[in-house]
Amino acid sequence: MNSEHQDHDLDKLEAILIQALKACEAAEVFLAKEEEIPIHLEAGRVRGIRSRQSQTVALRVFLDGRLGYAAGNDLADGRTLIESALETAAFGARADFSLPPPAPTPAPEIFDAAVPKVTLDAMLAQVQALADDLVRHTPGLICEGRVSRESLTVSIVNSAGLAQSYARTEYGLAVEGVLTRGTDMLFVGDELSSCCVLNDCTPLRESVFRQLTWSSQTARISAGKLPAIFLPYGVASALLAPLTAGLNGKLVLEKASPLAGKEGRKLTDNKFSLIDDATLPHRPTSRPFDDEGVPSRRCPLIENGVLAGFYYDLRTAALAGKKSTGHGRRAPGQPAPAPSALVIPAGQTSLDDLLSDIKEGLIIEQVMGATQGNVLAGDFSGNVLLGYKIENGKIVGRVKDTVISGNVYTLLNDIVAVGSGGRWVGELFTPPLFFPALSVASQR
Amino acid sequence: MAEPKAGANQPHADKSKTVKKSQIEVAAHEIAEHLKKGRADYIEARLEESWGSTIGYRGRVLETIGKSSSVGGSIRALVRGGWGFTSFNNLEELDSRVKLAIAQARAVGKEKSQLADIAPAQAKLRLSPGHNPLTVPLTHKKELLDRYNEIIWATSKLQTSIIRYGDARKKTIFLNSEGAFIEQERADVTLNVSAIASNSHDVQQANLSTGSPGDYAAIAKLDDEIASVATRASNLLAAPHLPGGKYTVVLDPILAGVFVHEAFGHLSEADHVCENPELRSLMRLGKCFGPRTLNIVDGAKVKGLRGSYLYDDEGVPATKTYLIKDGILTGRLHSRETAAKMGEPASGNARALSYRHPPIVRMTNTYIESGQADFQDMIADIKEGVYAVNWYGGTTSMEMFTFSAGEAYMIRNGHLAEMIKPVVLSGNVFTTLANIDAIGCDLAFNQGGGCGKGGQSPLPVSNGSPHIRLQKCLVGGKA
Repeated sequence: MNSEHQDHDLDKLEAILIQALKACEAAEVFLAKEEEIPIHLEAGRVRGIRSRQSQTVALRVFLDGRLGYAAGNDLADGRTLIESALETAAFGARADFSLPPPAPTPAPEIFDAAVPKVTLDAMLAQVQALADDLVRHTPGLICEGRVSRESLTVSIVNSAGLAQSYARTEYGLAVEGVLTRGTDMLFVGDELSSCCVLNDCTPLRESVFRQLTWSSQTARISAGKLPAIFLPYGVASALLAPLTAGLNGKLVLEKASPLAGKEGRKLTDNKFSLIDDATLPHRPTSRPFDDEGVPSRRCPLIENGVLAGFYYDLRTAALAGKKSTGHGRRAPGQPAPAPSALVIPAGQTSLDDLLSDIKEGLIIEQVMGATQGNVLAGDFSGNVLLGYKIENGKIVGRVKDTVISGNVYTLLNDIVAVGSGGRWVGELFTPPLFFPALSVASQR
Repeated sequence: MAEPKAGANQPHADKSKTVKKSQIEVAAHEIAEHLKKGRADYIEARLEESWGSTIGYRGRVLETIGKSSSVGGSIRALVRGGWGFTSFNNLEELDSRVKLAIAQARAVGKEKSQLADIAPAQAKLRLSPGHNPLTVPLTHKKELLDRYNEIIWATSKLQTSIIRYGDARKKTIFLNSEGAFIEQERADVTLNVSAIASNSHDVQQANLSTGSPGDYAAIAKLDDEIASVATRASNLLAAPHLPGGKYTVVLDPILAGVFVHEAFGHLSEADHVCENPELRSLMRLGKCFGPRTLNIVDGAKVKGLRGSYLYDDEGVPATKTYLIKDGILTGRLHSRETAAKMGEPASGNARALSYRHPPIVRMTNTYIESGQADFQDMIADIKEGVYAVNWYGGTTSMEMFTFSAGEAYMIRNGHLAEMIKPVVLSGNVFTTLANIDAIGCDLAFNQGGGCGKGGQSPLPVSNGSPHIRLQKCLVGGKA
């Protein structure tokens, strides 16, 4: 399935591997090659086109039971890479794990040959039309936008006999609008990404129109404990970081996660589940194997409220007496456990039904700075960048100067309802989540 | 630091290199020829070589150690107001890279190109002695971090700790179609230490984030600070939460530095203001923004800090700009393009994180100048308030900002009282500066962290302030 280029790259990596193995017990060579064209729209007009070509080659060596690492971008200069890696191995961590031998990998649909072929003119026209629609809807809105296409190939070889690669494409479309009225600024926006070409801008446009409509009035909200609905961006911007930190195998191993030792125990309301799945089609964070060559698989983290497991890379798993779940990621630098494509399965309740019971409450579209608090303990606290007041079951306007705070584990323990529908926000798929009581502080 | 451009055969300051021209020097001279032929209103190239090392500890053990190097370049072209930008780390076929950038610019250019006039500079700037962290052997770095880790682990109740050390040395060549040719060397050192304490029902962490523009010695004597990080983490377990609401808040110089960066610095970046007519009238020079005692400065020309340099990434000489003088808006941060469009002087604030990114308007060293107030006087008349110290993070939307303290204490009846759990503070950019009612006399700089904007993060910056007092500051709280 590999292209000629990929085979050629694997040959070059093999050559570095063979050289390295003359001086060490085991080794692994990793290569990522990227080409990206982002087009930026500034203040309603396309002002520039960019193109990026880059490659990173990284070598891990096992020398006298210790781990060495070096990275560079010159595939032809294996010598410097090997010397640097061997130098660091003298001080390196104990290499308590072994590199994975070849194994069957899934083949998620993550490559669309049409992506590299989209013309610059088509991309320009698409992002411009989107911005023009938004300005027609709300005159005075100042739009920023971005459309991009990207191709990535990842190759990995190791001394256990592994030699594999994959190619992935990504197409992204984003728009952000700012409406300034005196010292009042309203921020709206949305983004979509896929491994396939995104021809249809309708979901993006509709989403921003909805934000503009719901924000057309401002409303004062009471301070104190209020019922709150987190929309998908709200979930991603406030609740995701503490949750993924808590489920990180490395923090669990160090007992820096409050979830350590709680596997199999009830953690959240039983309406809530969370799965990581790098085999899902068309997701830009899906892949057949992780950055250490471990095959991807569906990995339940929380199942109907019960803590099902944590996510691991090779080294952390070995230290914890577990197996890698295929979550080694170089971001960039050395592999560490990181989630790939996370899914919170949707429930049955529509947003209108969620709203109908609320006398006074808050809808949270987007939170700013929520991860500045004690993320490890599950805490979040941030300014509601975009949110709306609910009054007697109706959305009455946008709230301002409002800060929300809470603890993700306390919050998830008591969920009124998990909404229906749902959508992808970056690496997370989530429906709206409705909680009975959230701490709200307000300037008013 | 500036000296005349060296001839090809002059020995390098770096002992490890011989007289041979480096890869990027060869490429730069080739590109200079292509720039002469390129048909665009303006073209520039940046070529970069960098070297770095990282060392990471998790808990008691060294977890990661590694070295990296990188070579790359980028070309940026301007045609009728449209920009083309291409970056690469393959230094071949440079002619076609120049042509690609021009073609991209041509595809979107529809108006008049505007750039502030700058005399093209020729300069060769080297690191001053003692500012190349890569000359310090890995063994020394490891010994230092081992010592710090021992200090951390001398504290009980600690669950784990994280130490991240990173250093980098970068050599950049900037050249443009106007004849500028500037070689600059820069270095950066960062150290982040987190101590994490836990008991059966809580996990708390305390952090130290610091750095220097290449001076390794600056992070080598932090034993006391490291010890206090560890103690603080375990003390936080017993500290109570503050109920959310409005408080009188006194910020220490470190946190006040983060405050001035988030609450005002970003708003001074002309690219935000330039194309937004409403914001432009709101940010009219001459407008009153704060008390008469308030002076806010940004400047790469201020020496010896992580945001210091002599030329920005468009070849513009660094300056020191008063953003606010005596409470009045007096200046802002510009690239050559925003300066021309707004008819204001170029300030030398166009910066690129690396060759992979085009330069955009950024802060450098941003600070509130010292005032008159004494700390004790500042808290003397506060019945119930918060003393917020150290920093954890900060962000801004332009209108609203939030920033978080690394540690916090209650102020009760004019005295510092019990420690509380760290707080997240939030405010409105346009009104909060007016709520500053006392400015201390003890300016100090925060050299930790980095700034993110437009996908370029972390950019080395520093920020500073004396102690300041804010009235009616919104504090988030769970209670």
